[in-house]
Amino acid sequence: MVKLTVDGLEVDVPAGSNVLQACEAAGREIPRFCYHERLSVAGNCRMCLVEVKPGPPKPMASCALPVAENMQVFTDSEMVRAGRRGVMEFLLINHPLDCPICDQGGECDLQDQSMGYGADHTRYREPKRAVRDKYLGPLVKTVMTRCIQCTRCVRFATEIAGTPELGATARGEAMEITNYVERALTSELSGNLIDICPVGALTSRPYAFAARPWELRKTDSIDVFDALGSAIRVDVRGTEVLRVLPRVHEAVNEEWLADKARFAIDGLKHRRLDRPWLRVGGKLRPAGWTEAFSAISARVRAVPGNRVAAIVGDQCDAEAMLALRDLMRSLGGSIDCRQDGAFLSPARRDHYLFNSGIAGIEQADAILLVGANPRHAAPVLNARLRKAWLAGGLTIAGIGQPVDLTYAVNWLGTGLDTLAALHAGEHPFRETLAGAKRPAIIIGPAALRDPAAAALAWQLLLAVDGVRPDWHGYNVLHGAASRVGALDLGLVPTGAPLARALHGAADLLYLLAADEFDTKAISPDTFVVYQGHHGDKGAAVADVVLPGAAYTEKSGTYVNLEGRVQRGQAAVEPPGEARPDWAILRALSDALGHGLPYGSLDAVRQALEAANPVFGLLDAGPALGAMGPEGPAMPDDSVGRAPLAELYANYYQTDPISRASPTMAECARVAAPYPVAAE
Amino acid sequence: MARLDRAARSLFLAELLAGMRLTLKYMLKPKVTINYPYEKGPMSPRFRGEHALRRYPNGEERCIACKLCEAICPALAITIESEPRADGSRRTTRYDIDMTKCIYCGLCEEACPVDAIVEGPNFEFSTETREELMYNKDKLLENGDRWEPLLAKRLELDAPYR
Repeated sequence: MVKLTVDGLEVDVPAGSNVLQACEAAGREIPRFCYHERLSVAGNCRMCLVEVKPGPPKPMASCALPVAENMQVFTDSEMVRAGRRGVMEFLLINHPLDCPICDQGGECDLQDQSMGYGADHTRYREPKRAVRDKYLGPLVKTVMTRCIQCTRCVRFATEIAGTPELGATARGEAMEITNYVERALTSELSGNLIDICPVGALTSRPYAFAARPWELRKTDSIDVFDALGSAIRVDVRGTEVLRVLPRVHEAVNEEWLADKARFAIDGLKHRRLDRPWLRVGGKLRPAGWTEAFSAISARVRAVPGNRVAAIVGDQCDAEAMLALRDLMRSLGGSIDCRQDGAFLSPARRDHYLFNSGIAGIEQADAILLVGANPRHAAPVLNARLRKAWLAGGLTIAGIGQPVDLTYAVNWLGTGLDTLAALHAGEHPFRETLAGAKRPAIIIGPAALRDPAAAALAWQLLLAVDGVRPDWHGYNVLHGAASRVGALDLGLVPTGAPLARALHGAADLLYLLAADEFDTKAISPDTFVVYQGHHGDKGAAVADVVLPGAAYTEKSGTYVNLEGRVQRGQAAVEPPGEARPDWAILRALSDALGHGLPYGSLDAVRQALEAANPVFGLLDAGPALGAMGPEGPAMPDDSVGRAPLAELYANYYQTDPISRASPTMAECARVAAPYPVAAE
Repeated sequence: MARLDRAARSLFLAELLAGMRLTLKYMLKPKVTINYPYEKGPMSPRFRGEHALRRYPNGEERCIACKLCEAICPALAITIESEPRADGSRRTTRYDIDMTKCIYCGLCEEACPVDAIVEGPNFEFSTETREELMYNKDKLLENGDRWEPLLAKRLELDAPYR
């Protein structure tokens, strides 16, 4: 710790901190544009000037000045004020006065800080600079004349996103931020550029001119487009969700958010199911709730209970899944959450969790990716892996299709036979794993489709001492936001995943927003009930369609891949006759004569907690270390040699909402297949 | 004595004469009333009457959908929706003023960075139905087109004091 004074206040800060951090520790606000806590220090905006004694008699950039013992810092002296005013005047020389048409207006750092620290007029009378706008793809809109060259975007793309596509050309007044070629950004985190840009140079293209920040109603929620469960804020005007922004959650998403979570929301306005539908004579026609319910109950009475089955979708809330589970139990039917056909068992919680934790994975020193593409399955987690890799001392190897994950990955093979070879000790990477202090395996949905993969990975990790009381390196990377919650509720039938053995397996199939499996596998005489929010693949094959609510329209509980139970709030009302999913199931249970024992959201949540106590521990992080060495059960058959398929090849369209989104369709169109890593 | 005085006043109709004198005085003075629908009183260039949306001389609408008027309106009478126009410029798709909510404070005009929304000299816009007072963008632009010579004149007259 280093002791220094800021405006006469004594503060202790860790050695290696900069003066700006020391000033923040003392509670002093320092204006800044280029400095960002999670990016490297550039020191080029000069807004964070402070006066420092002892030292040269001039203002110093506090972000680039390390603290020293007994330093005296003055943040509000006459020299500092004059310095900031001068810097602001220079910044505004070339900044256009177009705040009224700028989308950053109202939430702009330059606007705020020129009010707080700038002069009230300019002395500049000469012509202003104009810069040609750049094309950065369908998500990020550029107005480069507004750019103040803080290079935050360049540093974000290079350091955090790992796609060094942005840079600066020329010097001085001619300096421009550019992506060199007219091509869309290839990063799945490009939306964060909009957030970190302190001015209106990079703004959201889908949100362009849509609203002002002061007209938006803000609701805290949880992202459901990947299993990470990022903390989000849903901004609503009237009945329309206009944008989604990340909230800071250090243990989950830090302050980043993936593009799908941010921009797929325009899918919430298209292809919505807003009333019940009933198939009559091979065609769906609009129906009323009672009509739809009586059609279902007539069918339920006609089929034996063990011929009823249910499949749970990827974005369901735990409340709806509990209601469906209880309904299926009372009918005697089976229920499954493993749409993608993954062999996952709910027997022990650490067999399906990301046990190291999202923040904890940074401590790993050797990681083996098995059929996992974190860049597509959870881009923010991928940024964290890259952060750990950049910090040094981390070796990453992969089994599966080689892809560019923005860090060096040693691709060992494409099939699970490589995993078997590693397990048998016949592969040189085994030495690296064994030599690591904190080895970890991240196993993804592509590998979990093989019944033996999970057991093999666990045993390999156990053999290299990766499962021990102070470190648990077995990490399942789920592709679906609802998966861990569903497994916590035990939504798994005995035997193979339902979605694999559909043909003739059921006479009545209940799909709770389940669209991600081969619906052609459903035999034509199966009566299909689809409850969901979008007219997607599931609704197309349904005999009865019940309109449910999307994640922004219901208050729901979600469990992320590390087992963190989080709650999102409803931001808007569901459209038309659509209702929250648990309420539909509750009403349907009455119509079927198996009334569910809860009548309010609070009662459902109490039932959730009774079903599994983890639902009572809101926002609790993963437990450190392993409970025991017993791994997932090993089936008799050996692992397959076939190359692992890339399950999330098209990152932008993986669920009903993003498939209905015009923005995501445009992204998928322009997204070029990214090049394979050179290593 | 006082009694005598009062009696004398009553006898000689003093109060009546005083009243008649005042009447006569006003009869000879110039008139202050005007024949309203045919004559109108003088009006300050700052008069805050019916709203109008102005255009530039080339016919382009001035409003850029910055929504500052909507934000400052104390009566919440203004509703604006906007989106990029085909040429990429920021324009309103909806600009509504509820004239029954409006309190004619003129803050919208003060807030407007491009002199688009103005309160013109027209105060004779009473209607027979309430619905007619819900102004939309077309109505406001039409007002602007109709009143533009006067609107420009009054802004010019007021400019030295701003």
